[in-house]
Amino acid sequence: MSTPKPNRFVRQFALTQGRARSIGTDLPLDTQVQTTLSGRNRERELVAESAAILRMCRTPISIAEISAHLHVHLGVARVLVSDLAATGDVAVTTADHDENGPDLLTLERLLDDLQAL
Amino acid sequence: MKIVIAGGFAAGKTTFVDSISEITPLTTEAPMTSASFGVDDASMVATKTTTTVAMDFGRITLSETTVLYLFGTPGQDRFWFMWDELSKGAVGAIVLVDTRRLADCFAALDYFDKRSLPYLVALNTFDGKLVHDAEAVREALTIPDDVPVMAVDARERVSTKTALVSLVAHAIDRKRAAALV
Repeated sequence: MSTPKPNRFVRQFALTQGRARSIGTDLPLDTQVQTTLSGRNRERELVAESAAILRMCRTPISIAEISAHLHVHLGVARVLVSDLAATGDVAVTTADHDENGPDLLTLERLLDDLQAL
Repeated sequence: MKIVIAGGFAAGKTTFVDSISEITPLTTEAPMTSASFGVDDASMVATKTTTTVAMDFGRITLSETTVLYLFGTPGQDRFWFMWDELSKGAVGAIVLVDTRRLADCFAALDYFDKRSLPYLVALNTFDGKLVHDAEAVREALTIPDDVPVMAVDARERVSTKTALVSLVAHAIDRKRAAALV
């Protein structure tokens, strides 16, 4: 006898113990997430989604990518990543510029890099 | 870093991202809850509906330390706070315009017109043809003179790369001009 599958949104809610965060707070979508050395050893101890994050972040990827690959909402991905960062299993890097965007030097480097593509 | 790719429905945002992204465009979703009033019965019961806003995006790795994300705005115009989230701290925005349906881009142009984020207008040449030229579109859409307007073929990497380069150059010009004030 099979148990009915909970709908995906309810399940995501359960993953984060109800702590859905509102959009616009906390980690930006393009925050880079990378599994730490200690995080690599912890994969087996963690629930499926968190273990999956540790696997996929061996090379840095963004929270938006984590959300897309795991098929979870952005807010859920943020909470899962925050939890993993709190336990030292991932390192989180946000861009070092404010809401006015990158500074002139960064933009000039970006221009060079884009032209070289 | 991120660049916002904006525009009306089917203006070519995902095509644009796909042409230059090193990964196949991905989709991230966020739930938006809105309250609405049902008028099925006399008591006007409020019901909550959950809509999901979806954004397509791509990535370009420029160096070991630099990654550029291209985020497409949600298809629906009304989720402005998601546009705010995408625009915050961005390098700038490219507003894609389908010249066969100019009205579809009004909302996007209005949005950026009211803000300080550098942006340019890219006229998507469907079937390789521009229905109206850049200056005619500028007039028709009352695009300010200091906003670049250019043609782009959203399917072609060479063309979309040029648009991105132009946007960053424009952002640099704006920053330099601001520094002189």
